[in-house]
Amino acid sequence: MSFIQETDYGTPAVLADKTVTLTIDGVQVSVPEGTSVMRAAKELGTTIPKLCATDSVAAFGSCRLCLVEIEGRAGTPASCTTPVAEGMVVATQTPKLAKLRKGVMELYISDHPLDCLTCAANGDCELQDMAGAVGLREVRYGYEGANHLTAEKDASNPYFTYDASKCIVCSRCVRACEEVQGTFALTISGRGFESRVSPGQSEAFMTSECVSCGACVQACPTATLTETRVIEIGQPEHSAITTCAYCGVGCTFKAEMRGEELVRMVPWKDGKANRGHSCVKGRFAWGYATHRERVTEPMIRSSIDEPWKVVSWDEAIAHTASEFRRIQARYGRDSIGGITSSRCTNEETYLVQKLVRAAFGNHNVDTCARVCHSPTGYGLKTTFGTSAGTQDFDSVAHTDVMVVIGANPTDAHPVFASRMKKRLREGARLIVIDPRRIDLVRSTHVEADHHLALRPGTNVAVLTAMAHVIVTEGLVDETYVRERCDLQAYAHWAEFVALPQHSPEATEAVTGVPAAELRAAARLYATGGNGAIYYGLGVTEHSQGSTTVMAIANLAMATGNIGRPGVGVNPLRGQNNVQGACDMGSFPHEFSGYRHVSEDETRHLFEQAWGVALGAEPGLRIPNMLDEAVAGAFKGIYIQGEDILQSDPNTKHVAAGLAAMECVVVQDLFLNETANYAHVFLPGSTFLEKVGTFTNAERRIQRVRRVMRPRNGYADWEITQRLSNALGYPMDYAHPSQIMDEIARLTPTFAGVSFDKLDALGSIQWPCNDAAPEGTPVMHIDHFVRGKGQFILTEYVPTEEKVGPRYPLLLTTGRILSQYNVGAQTRRTENSRWHEEDVLEIHPHDAEERGVRDGEWVRLKSRSGETALRAKTTDRVAPGVVYTTFHHPLTQANVITTDYSDWATNCPEYKVTAVQVSRGNGPVEWQVEYSAQARKSRRIEAAE
Amino acid sequence: MSAVHATSVVPMANQIATFFVSQGDHAAAVAGTADHIKAFWAPVMRRELLALVDAGMADGLSDVAREAILRLR
Ligand code: SF4
Ligand code: SF4
Ligand code: SF4
Ligand code: FES
Repeated sequence: MSFIQETDYGTPAVLADKTVTLTIDGVQVSVPEGTSVMRAAKELGTTIPKLCATDSVAAFGSCRLCLVEIEGRAGTPASCTTPVAEGMVVATQTPKLAKLRKGVMELYISDHPLDCLTCAANGDCELQDMAGAVGLREVRYGYEGANHLTAEKDASNPYFTYDASKCIVCSRCVRACEEVQGTFALTISGRGFESRVSPGQSEAFMTSECVSCGACVQACPTATLTETRVIEIGQPEHSAITTCAYCGVGCTFKAEMRGEELVRMVPWKDGKANRGHSCVKGRFAWGYATHRERVTEPMIRSSIDEPWKVVSWDEAIAHTASEFRRIQARYGRDSIGGITSSRCTNEETYLVQKLVRAAFGNHNVDTCARVCHSPTGYGLKTTFGTSAGTQDFDSVAHTDVMVVIGANPTDAHPVFASRMKKRLREGARLIVIDPRRIDLVRSTHVEADHHLALRPGTNVAVLTAMAHVIVTEGLVDETYVRERCDLQAYAHWAEFVALPQHSPEATEAVTGVPAAELRAAARLYATGGNGAIYYGLGVTEHSQGSTTVMAIANLAMATGNIGRPGVGVNPLRGQNNVQGACDMGSFPHEFSGYRHVSEDETRHLFEQAWGVALGAEPGLRIPNMLDEAVAGAFKGIYIQGEDILQSDPNTKHVAAGLAAMECVVVQDLFLNETANYAHVFLPGSTFLEKVGTFTNAERRIQRVRRVMRPRNGYADWEITQRLSNALGYPMDYAHPSQIMDEIARLTPTFAGVSFDKLDALGSIQWPCNDAAPEGTPVMHIDHFVRGKGQFILTEYVPTEEKVGPRYPLLLTTGRILSQYNVGAQTRRTENSRWHEEDVLEIHPHDAEERGVRDGEWVRLKSRSGETALRAKTTDRVAPGVVYTTFHHPLTQANVITTDYSDWATNCPEYKVTAVQVSRGNGPVEWQVEYSAQARKSRRIEAAE
Repeated sequence: MSAVHATSVVPMANQIATFFVSQGDHAAAVAGTADHIKAFWAPVMRRELLALVDAGMADGLSDVAREAILRLR
């Protein structure tokens, strides 16, 4: 494997219809109008010396190293800030330029430590390169003058170090923080010689606004901002492109290695999801892969009260297979099932569902998308005909009005949030519909036009009221509706939403959203140009989750906002491969590509390919499996890469279901919470250790490449394959590409996908087939997948979960930037320094009423259970609403959540739980007991 | 038959029926509910609901949900 060196073109690419032709050093080149001379030269392969320019940020023109001579123009203009012109004749190397450049470099070097040989950036420093490029041989000023050589280092950030003595004040970092990340954490403080980069008001990085995205580190041309790992272990020597295993944005990175040791992850500029940007998780939080708590040997035990016993792979697999067959012989074929992982690759997920359908012989397979985006699948399939978002991320650059509903992109989808913020700074308008004042509502240079702070659980009422405004005020795009949608359904819907009870004035009492504000927001969305809706789990995780998704689809169709760049309906998917897990047939009612098990033709296709008979009726979903387990009919489960005990609602019910089973098999990196109830533990592998693909929220399939051997011995797909063989259903894939080939053969929307094509194109957005050989960035362009767009009536039905005297507050949940879901990975990295525990956000009025002070322990109680955590008083939440994250097992926020769920998909209603908050004095009894039980359950028998 | 089922399949069927009642007339609501249950429920869950109906233990079941599940017998 070689080291991937990306080209720095000096200034960003320009999109323009017109091209301009010029001559550089006697060679002609044609580039888009508006391109810099520097970039045009680089297109030819000519490197003009530079320091303050880099192609991730706009040119600044401060270092004066990139000077060129242009025929007919006086002086020596900076090539980074000079745009090309037709017929321009440029010289990049002349004796005059050489002299000027040497002079510039001399000045820089005279104030720079000359410790190149021992500097962490040795071999990766642009200052060093430029000294070579300009032929610097002496420094006439000496090094004795005033300098910054003794300036202090800031090592407060766990992942990178700021060494001010090496700073050349090029401000690339400042501009990266502003333009790429959109956080505006850095400034150049002081003037002239005194000027220095500093976070905030001369704060340390860690205490400043910095979110540790790494953009400044990447932009810095010197060793000033350097990854601490590089300082510790040195420069990498080879690299491979792979995909982040955290969130649904799907950033691609260069994994830069020394042998099998990962030195750093550097965002890949050609990555079409992230375009060279990253967040603190993907960029830095991969240390869990080598964490000491990682389990690398299989273990079994006959009861969950016993300690674990380490066994060989052969024994673990044989034991699991014989247990599953024993259970099926005794309790019937349907008494076992499996859960696929949204964290694993498409190939691995496909294999688990195949194992369940072909080897277990039933359809009892489900995935964690059940608890997040299953309503998206149902809602978008019903209205548009396909279970996925309509756009690519690039689309946001053409958006005029963004509507963000029940999502918190700056925390949960940070890299995409940076692109949203960029577009907002360019003048796009913003509507936020969320009970909580998320960061996007107001942050540096971004301010929402409307924040509809609705009461949790009233999404449908708010969206139907918006539809009411659009229909009754004549804002419908009638041409679009006439051409693209089912007219009868539209007429029925228009009549429905126009009813007076759906007006903003009528619903205000229920939703808490002022009618005038709602009307203004609806008008803006309908008339403000390209309108794009982005939504998250605040939409789906409700008893009316599917109805809300359909209400969103209705709005987009009525306003003609589907089928071109800049518009659309875009679910922001939680996990790295949750889209893929759904695509791969992880749901009990459908095969890969969302085809129902009752469709004869599809079923016969799979029967033929797999050589087994398949049932025509759906299997059990996760909550149904747990219900059946408690009832005594469901006895065994194979769980790959999921922690249902911590992530699923009503923890006590989940625990009861698991405890009632006879063989719970957990395949994971760590002994997670679910493993407390497991009888077999199969150690899993990390994304760094395997080959495959992930599919992100834009339907983009991207490669995952192995950079180190699996510590546990096997990639996850190999483990599933071994289990299948032990169960007597043969699988003999030699490589994941063969699994993808099978997926492509059996799934029309994946027909054109192969590893070879992915390697050639970088990524592919499905559908990819004969009609779209290179994939489909924007869907439903000429017509909807289902034919005509289908309007659906969306009657607001209040959730059963109601506040009352005992439980007067509404709890809603979410996540924060530095932690990821149940935290199994991020808690095992330095990211915990940003979020050491879950806290309860509560409005100061509600806190005062209860005698609760900021930072104190409080008890949080619902009809399901009780837990304790610390309070944080804030007006981000409205009175009557409290909020917490769910990253830490000790808090067990899901002890509180109930088993109410979406009517169509059983997606749990995480976002609304009636609770009471009272003063506390530490963990409650359940937490103490749970910790003790977890400790006991994690014992491993000492080797003899 | 355990209490767990009495508390889960009945409200689940009711929730589905509530949605389809909001979509159109009675006949369409029954058909929509029946189709949805057929498409998304494992057969064992349908059997449980039917058993509850037969045993007269599905008191809280709405009329539309009841008609729908009987249609799926
Ligand atoms: S790490 Fe990111 S947020 Fe922090 S200062 Fe650098 S660019 Fe700004
Ligand atoms: S820290 Fe690096 S990028 Fe920032 S001004 Fe100094 S040298 Fe330039
Ligand atoms: S967690 Fe998401 S946003 Fe952050 S680097 Fe990974 S894919 Fe990108
Ligand atoms: S690179 Fe052009 S002025 Fe610095």
